[in-house]
Amino acid sequence: MWLWFHKLASPPHAYRLLGRMAPWFGWPALGLILLATWWGLFKAPADYQQGDAFRILYVHAPSAWMSMFTYVVMAVAAAVGLIWRIKLAHAASAACAPIGASFTFLALATGSIWGKPMWGTWWVWDARLTSELLLLFLYLGYMALRASFDDPQRADRASAVLAIVGVINIPIIHFSVKWWTTLHQGASVTKLAKPSIALAMLVPLFIMIAGFQLYFGWAISRRLRGEILRRERNAGWLKEAS
Amino acid sequence: MKRTPITHAARLVFQRDLTLAWRRWDEVTQPLIFYVVVTTMFPLATTPDLSQLRVISGGIVWVAALLASLLALEALFRADVEDGTTEQWVLSGQPLGWLLLAKTAAHWVLTGLPLVIMSPIVGTALGLPGEAWGALVASLLLGTGTLSILGGIGAALTVGVRRGSVLLSLLVLPLAMPLLIFGSRAVGMAMDGESPSGPLQLLAAIFFLSLSLGPLAMSAAIRISVEN
Amino acid sequence: MDLQNFLAMGGYAGYVWPAYGLTALVLVWNWWAARRSEAEALLNARRRNEYAREARS
Repeated sequence: MWLWFHKLASPPHAYRLLGRMAPWFGWPALGLILLATWWGLFKAPADYQQGDAFRILYVHAPSAWMSMFTYVVMAVAAAVGLIWRIKLAHAASAACAPIGASFTFLALATGSIWGKPMWGTWWVWDARLTSELLLLFLYLGYMALRASFDDPQRADRASAVLAIVGVINIPIIHFSVKWWTTLHQGASVTKLAKPSIALAMLVPLFIMIAGFQLYFGWAISRRLRGEILRRERNAGWLKEAS
Repeated sequence: MKRTPITHAARLVFQRDLTLAWRRWDEVTQPLIFYVVVTTMFPLATTPDLSQLRVISGGIVWVAALLASLLALEALFRADVEDGTTEQWVLSGQPLGWLLLAKTAAHWVLTGLPLVIMSPIVGTALGLPGEAWGALVASLLLGTGTLSILGGIGAALTVGVRRGSVLLSLLVLPLAMPLLIFGSRAVGMAMDGESPSGPLQLLAAIFFLSLSLGPLAMSAAIRISVEN
Repeated sequence: MDLQNFLAMGGYAGYVWPAYGLTALVLVWNWWAARRSEAEALLNARRRNEYAREARS
């Protein structure tokens, strides 16, 4: 079993494996996303209070979920890379960052768009949106730190420390922001809280999340292959392969 | 050969940094002046009306303290990394975390502590009432302490990066937001006559968490920056 | 439900469609960026191989 694990961490093997895996993530992802889109926009009934605007949930919630999921994957990969000195793990961590940042941006944008018809303003300092904003800052900081080093090994290890510090902070940030908003109640009690939804309305949400997760798998596979090629520049297997 | 106990080594580091700073005291006063300048900006930018400023005075003092601390933190490890002292520490076999913590503590005494002492004065200029002084000082004591450790991690990661101070702020400020939330809230509650113990306890918890895990992250970061 | 009603989204069309549009944009960007990143790395690796081969011969 350890042999399999070691084989997996070997770049040429991982490169081939990821290449074979990618379409198995990609096509189902596309299918599920399209299905969820059709279901969410067309088949699911409109919400009693929010009308058709609530359909934005089907893109907002999965984006927010993926933004957090990706950060955790990024941090775990970073920790694995730092502790066991596996370069591939560092490469995976690097590949996660732009994907996660784009999901965070999407969560913020869709959340903001959703806020306008519901509460009249383009931005609202509610717990979830503010937490997402801080998460975006964490992603940007990680990418900025990586970019500031010329030496790739130093970049890997420094950003790994940052990712781990960040992931420990995320629960603290979430808690503090939630605490902060509940103090200033007013109309903000149930902002963007999911209304008590019927199961029929939840199905497209789960399909979309599944689709996004598979899409993440595809995107990571492709990006990781690129990272491997970049990092293994001088390795023998690369010279022979092409 | 008898090895120097780490407590002795840490104290030496602490004293050395204080002595060095004493000879360059203008570097110590600069963050303090920045602090006062920034707090002055807020009334100029909004209103001279103390009753309006009062409401956000706790927040202004906290933001200014955070920014002033961050400005000073960038240089925390730079000098020692550049002249090779840090490398000696890494090679010495002494627990690196303690040495770095001693250095961070000295830095806090020189930058964080003056900010805390100045804070009631600065706060009063913004309309902060006397009842809130206790909460202000307590929250800033814990907050600047935590920030020194968080900033220390960031400084260790970015030492040697060109224009590292902006990057440092970008890395540390998001992590410091909870401190800001709880700290200014403590002051706000004290102003309203409520007990600020809730947020102060949360600040204390975060401080002790960073005190225990921070040196670990700092030494990992320093090793990365120093090793080739 | 006829097309007119569907597109109008109960009056919220101005919000729902841009939200989904942005989502599509981000997903497409991720797809494009991932493929480009891999293609660029492959191209660079091939080029380096060629130079190495030329240098040897």
